[in-house]
Amino acid sequence: MTATEQERYAPGTHPSLPPPAATTGVIGWMRANLFSSPLNVLLTVLSVGILVYIIPPLIEWAFLDATWLGTTREPCNTAEGADKEGACWTIVNARFAQYMYGFYPADERWRVNLAFLLLFGSIFALLLDGVPYKKWIAVFLFVIYPFVGFALFYGGMFGLEEVETRLWGGLMLTLIIATVGIVTSVPFGILLALGRRSDLPIIRMMCVTFIEFVRAVPLITVLFMSSVMLPLFLPVGVNFDKLMRAVVGFALFAAAYMAEVVRGGLQAIPRGQYEGAKALGLGYWKMMGLIVLPQALRIVIPGMVNTFIGLFKDTSLVLIIGLYDLLGIVQASTHDAQWRGLAKEAYAFAAATYFVFCFAMSRYSMYLERKLHTGHKR
Amino acid sequence: MAVQTEAVKRGSATPFWYDQRVRGILFQVLVLLALLAFAAFITYNTAQNLQRRGIASGFGFLWNTSGFDISFTLIPYKATDTYGRVLLVGILNTLFVSSIGVVLATVLGFLVGILRLSRNWLIGRLATVYIETLRNIPLLLQIIFWYFAVLAALPGVRQSSLWFGSFSLNQRGFYMPAPVLEPGFSWVLAALVVAIGAAFAIGRWARIRRERTGQPFPTLRVNFALIVLLPTLVALLLGIPWSWEYPELTGFNYRGGTVLVPELLALLLALTLYTSAFIAEIVRSGILAVSRGQTEAAMAMGLRPGQVTRLVILPQALRVIIPPLTSQYLNLTKNSSLAIAIAYPELVAVFAGTTLNQTGQAIETIAITMLVYLTISLTISAFMNWYNRRIALVER
Repeated sequence: MTATEQERYAPGTHPSLPPPAATTGVIGWMRANLFSSPLNVLLTVLSVGILVYIIPPLIEWAFLDATWLGTTREPCNTAEGADKEGACWTIVNARFAQYMYGFYPADERWRVNLAFLLLFGSIFALLLDGVPYKKWIAVFLFVIYPFVGFALFYGGMFGLEEVETRLWGGLMLTLIIATVGIVTSVPFGILLALGRRSDLPIIRMMCVTFIEFVRAVPLITVLFMSSVMLPLFLPVGVNFDKLMRAVVGFALFAAAYMAEVVRGGLQAIPRGQYEGAKALGLGYWKMMGLIVLPQALRIVIPGMVNTFIGLFKDTSLVLIIGLYDLLGIVQASTHDAQWRGLAKEAYAFAAATYFVFCFAMSRYSMYLERKLHTGHKR
Repeated sequence: MAVQTEAVKRGSATPFWYDQRVRGILFQVLVLLALLAFAAFITYNTAQNLQRRGIASGFGFLWNTSGFDISFTLIPYKATDTYGRVLLVGILNTLFVSSIGVVLATVLGFLVGILRLSRNWLIGRLATVYIETLRNIPLLLQIIFWYFAVLAALPGVRQSSLWFGSFSLNQRGFYMPAPVLEPGFSWVLAALVVAIGAAFAIGRWARIRRERTGQPFPTLRVNFALIVLLPTLVALLLGIPWSWEYPELTGFNYRGGTVLVPELLALLLALTLYTSAFIAEIVRSGILAVSRGQTEAAMAMGLRPGQVTRLVILPQALRVIIPPLTSQYLNLTKNSSLAIAIAYPELVAVFAGTTLNQTGQAIETIAITMLVYLTISLTISAFMNWYNRRIALVER
């Protein structure tokens, strides 16, 4: 720009120039976010290297070179009989029903579908905003559904054929253990948390001992205990189902963790709320039920969902005590001589399934945190 | 008189069952009685059941011969040793894998957590994908995946190659050279101990001098040099008092060197990666918890960026990071018990698994196993609580 051009404008009337090209658009973004310093250039080059090293071979293996169709191993083989390069997803096709239902009789699987449809339907209705009659849906879910679910899964009543629990398996079993464990752990967890913060020394001591003990030992020892020692604890002749024993152990474990989450919420409620409730003449249970818990539980919902995610992942441990949950049945299928060498495909399918459930729950918990986070946001 | 007191009692005091203290005591007594009754019920049933199955209870079995072999031990062990020794081997293996896992997961977790906060868009996204993927897949699945799908696909011993003549990764594990110590080595160790002691003394002296005179001292660099150089110097003076024993392929297997068995490798890989994803999130939230004003104020006081991180941000972030980090360390230790799925011989696998199956002493083995974990957990949390108190904010 020359001096003569500048003089055409009176001072202060020069129109704004566009920002330098290097700070806007794609180039500007890249300069700011990828190449802002020598270290960042290095990091960018490094990450591109990692991506190039991992992504194309992965896509080739999982999609481009993969065999998708068929329920036998033949399509995965080359003409010479060797394995093809890509993934062989036919193992998932062949075993899909088992991965979902275990050994549940094929003719009765509609019952499982119906039970989960009811369960997820009512859970979604409760979680979504703006659905009417939420109170009645909750009553159905927590009071009526356990009986309906039991009747559908186990049968032996209303003309439904009885299906023993040893035939249950796959994703269905994972979901049943997780749901029962989680649902029973919430009330027990609340009671334990109340006990831990109680003024009564004996109650407090018992709750603290239980919570700290269970949290200090691995879940697998709790499961061993319930599967090996529970039969010893029961009167001679009384026998517990293997699944039932696992669920009892799992629920006890879950309750201890839930108790700590709820305790966090109880501690976050200001003293004034307790004192105010007492000043109104409310007794202990009314104070807790009407004033403290409604506020405390609201705060800890995200923490609870995070605990649910952990517990959902932990259900996979039941394979160690010999139950065929999703991971258990996937592992069993990889030991089948017919499908030898296809462990990667089977485990990838299991991993993807777990990931979908956990990731969905974690997103929901983040959404809740944003929704409940009404202040202190920077 | 008697009539009067009765009237006073009836008039002034509410019935005793409305008294909160009496109620509390009554309630507790009831709960305690119920618990005792429950315990008695269980004890009676257990005694009956044990009698029927012909199992003698007691800890005598710990002195019996175990009769099974263990694939990986830190102390000498053979099949003719006792169950007590099996317990010891299991505890040591658990501690071994947990301590290595804790160190690796901490390093990796801090790295990924800091990278996730990077202003570099690409590396931030990569770190996010890393964290989300590893966090949302069950650890057991990851352990099994590494063991059965990845490590099982490694080349066999005879097909594997020996890199640099000293390392080999194959189905039998990771082979590497082992140091063979010679007599002078204890001097090198002594030098290391002396150097660490001196480093502590220098740190103390530098802090006192800084507080008195304001003069800074490059403690970190000096101490690092001291700890590295002094033992190296001693080793060189003594003519390097150790030699390396390299693995060699003889027949169907490698001889010499040390080997990390595939079970250990898979377990370490899975535990480290899984826990590092959680630690990364903890580190991220800890750093974000330090308000921006702190950075700005430190910069305004003329501190260099490195000093801002080291003297202002890190000490404050650590206060937020330490408590959840403790529970991650505890989780890692407890999660090492999942090794039973791939038969790495840690506590649960050899003691609550094999020993229980062989002896049938369910109550004793599980109780001992739980007690060991309880002790480990309480020790770790006591140590971390002590450390946390040391760095906690001292308020006026």
